[in-house]
Amino acid sequence: MSISQVIFIITLIITVGVFLFSIYRLAQFFKLTKKYPIGNWGKRISLVLKIALGQTKIFRFPFAGFLHAIVFWGFLVIIFGSIEMVIDGVFGIHKSLKVLGVFYDIIMGFGDIFAFLIAIAILIFIARRISHKVKRFDGQEMTPKAHKDAFLALSLIFLLMFSLLGMNSMEAILNPENSYPVSNLIAHILPICPCKAEGLYTFFWWTHIELIFIFANILPYSKHFHIFMSIPNVFLSRIEPLGKLNTMESITKELQLMMNPETAYEPQENTEPVRFGIKDCEDVTWKTYMDSLTCTQCGRCTSVCPAAQTGRKLSPRKLMMDLRARMNEKAPYLIKNKNYSDGKSYLNDYISLEELWACTLCNACAQECPVNIYHPQIIIDLRRYLVLEEGKAQGGLQAIFANIENNGAPWQYSPTERLNWINE
Amino acid sequence: MTEKSFQVPIMSEIYAQGHKPEYLYWVGCAGAYDFRYKKVARAFAKILNYAQIDFAVLGHEESCTGDPARRAGNEMLFQMQALQNIQLFKQYEVKKILTTCPHCYNTLKNEYPDLGSTCEVIHYTEFLNNLMQKGIIPTIKANNNTTTYHDPCYLGRANKIYDAPRNILKNMGYSINEMKRNKSFALCCGAGGAQFFKESEPGTKEICTLRAEQALETNTKNIVTACPFCITMLTDGLKNLNKEEEVQVKDIAEIVAENLSL
Ligand code: SF4
Ligand code: SF4
Repeated sequence: MSISQVIFIITLIITVGVFLFSIYRLAQFFKLTKKYPIGNWGKRISLVLKIALGQTKIFRFPFAGFLHAIVFWGFLVIIFGSIEMVIDGVFGIHKSLKVLGVFYDIIMGFGDIFAFLIAIAILIFIARRISHKVKRFDGQEMTPKAHKDAFLALSLIFLLMFSLLGMNSMEAILNPENSYPVSNLIAHILPICPCKAEGLYTFFWWTHIELIFIFANILPYSKHFHIFMSIPNVFLSRIEPLGKLNTMESITKELQLMMNPETAYEPQENTEPVRFGIKDCEDVTWKTYMDSLTCTQCGRCTSVCPAAQTGRKLSPRKLMMDLRARMNEKAPYLIKNKNYSDGKSYLNDYISLEELWACTLCNACAQECPVNIYHPQIIIDLRRYLVLEEGKAQGGLQAIFANIENNGAPWQYSPTERLNWINE
Repeated sequence: MTEKSFQVPIMSEIYAQGHKPEYLYWVGCAGAYDFRYKKVARAFAKILNYAQIDFAVLGHEESCTGDPARRAGNEMLFQMQALQNIQLFKQYEVKKILTTCPHCYNTLKNEYPDLGSTCEVIHYTEFLNNLMQKGIIPTIKANNNTTTYHDPCYLGRANKIYDAPRNILKNMGYSINEMKRNKSFALCCGAGGAQFFKESEPGTKEICTLRAEQALETNTKNIVTACPFCITMLTDGLKNLNKEEEVQVKDIAEIVAENLSL
């Protein structure tokens, strides 16, 4: 075994180890969350084909959508080459997958073109962020940290593509029989003698693969975690109409008890007291938490939100970013002690009542989200907590509840007047 | 102008006579009590008469679907309303429900099944569009009116009904100048999620004003929509812009009834 093989295997083990630790940590967080049943597996495949692979929702913002689609499709192709590099590195071979023949050449050729296109797209993304022209990248939740996160990931992707093209160009110099359309051109332009190309190839090879390793381990702590999460998130996302809210079964059970008191004497399966709605991060379902991990902070949701557009203190993106932050803050302690409390909560300390009550549940956010996040779930669950647990509803709403209960309408009219519309 | 008379059968009465109507027309609280929207309920009932549809209403037995309660977080109240209404549907062996209000439509269609309802729920825009396709309601082609159509969130995004209302307008001879934000991109009127029933949070502008501005950008003289809350909100928005004299807000049912001279 060569020395470079040994070094490679060691870095690979470190990479996978750290990555698994991050995933394990998140899995522990998931264990704190509530159940959420998923069914209808067949439909979900078409959802993934359309929204994830087809990038249909991304295209709703055509310019950025087009650039993003290139990056996404490019990644799918380039990943093939990355897998080859890992095999090569472990076994000390050169271009191990070449045995696949024409298919290999085609994939590698496309990977080369995509590397170039992605590099350009990333440069445009960076320029766009610097020139500060994109309103949706700003907002109260977009802290300097969030912006740095974006720049770091974009720079890393650019370097990844740069090193990949460098690697391919050196290969093109060394081996004229290659299948790299772009790198071949670069090789022709660059005045590099084949004697130096070999060393440079090795340099780019190591740079590229190590950047991949670093990138993969930054992802779980960055908004770019969506690179891993978005396809599963789309697969697991809601398939019901956007307008349908979930039914709280615990309430249905309670009502059934009220209506048929004799069943009250039957033993109850679930005796643990359940909290209605969401107050803090551990009250959310695993799916809602997954939404928050998947959020790319693209701000499309907030940019179409009627409340945000009219200067109200509500940003659907903030719901996601805050949930993720709150979980990071509290979960490590909760894992050790189930009853841990720091006196804070997601509701109030992160999401204010003003934000919560400003939502019109218009579903524009959920419609727009490219990774199919369903924001109204958080809104409605926070409201449920307030109303059902604390008996608090914003101003006029208590009166509406009373009217519905007493008169069967949100207005104060008697049911006997229900037919007056006919004769007026 | 005196309105033409029309018949609205009451479920309890005709059921007692042994007749089970094909459709239950779910009037909704707005149809029953909202000053402006009562006119829409009347228009729709007249169209049902005209098309000789076998229907009935629940009258004083109808009770709020619970939609505003649910969206304001009061799941308990919502479920109580729902169970009570579903019981009524079962009692009268209701199979098909017609609604005008998109919020009632969404709740009855998407949310009641979780609590045991098995009724088919049809929105009046789809229903009327169908009647036009079958020739039961005549279409009017010679007309030079233009309008703009505001997609109610609970009809559009929530339930993907975008084409039926537009087809009806076209069948009534209108050409539609779309707003910049239309169909799934449409901006909310600001009433959903129980906002209609509470003070709005502080902001730089009312949502309804912003939407009315977007409608005015199309240079329209009338805005058509298909939701009781949208009508009120857009009218308010126009008032905020001092345009309520020049521009009208109408419901699809009113347009159809007018064109049939009902
Ligand atoms: S549902 Fe609420 S948060 Fe989402 S866009 Fe509409 S108002 Fe904004
Ligand atoms: S929730 Fe969706 S639309 Fe909103 S910022 Fe996150 S990824 Fe973008």
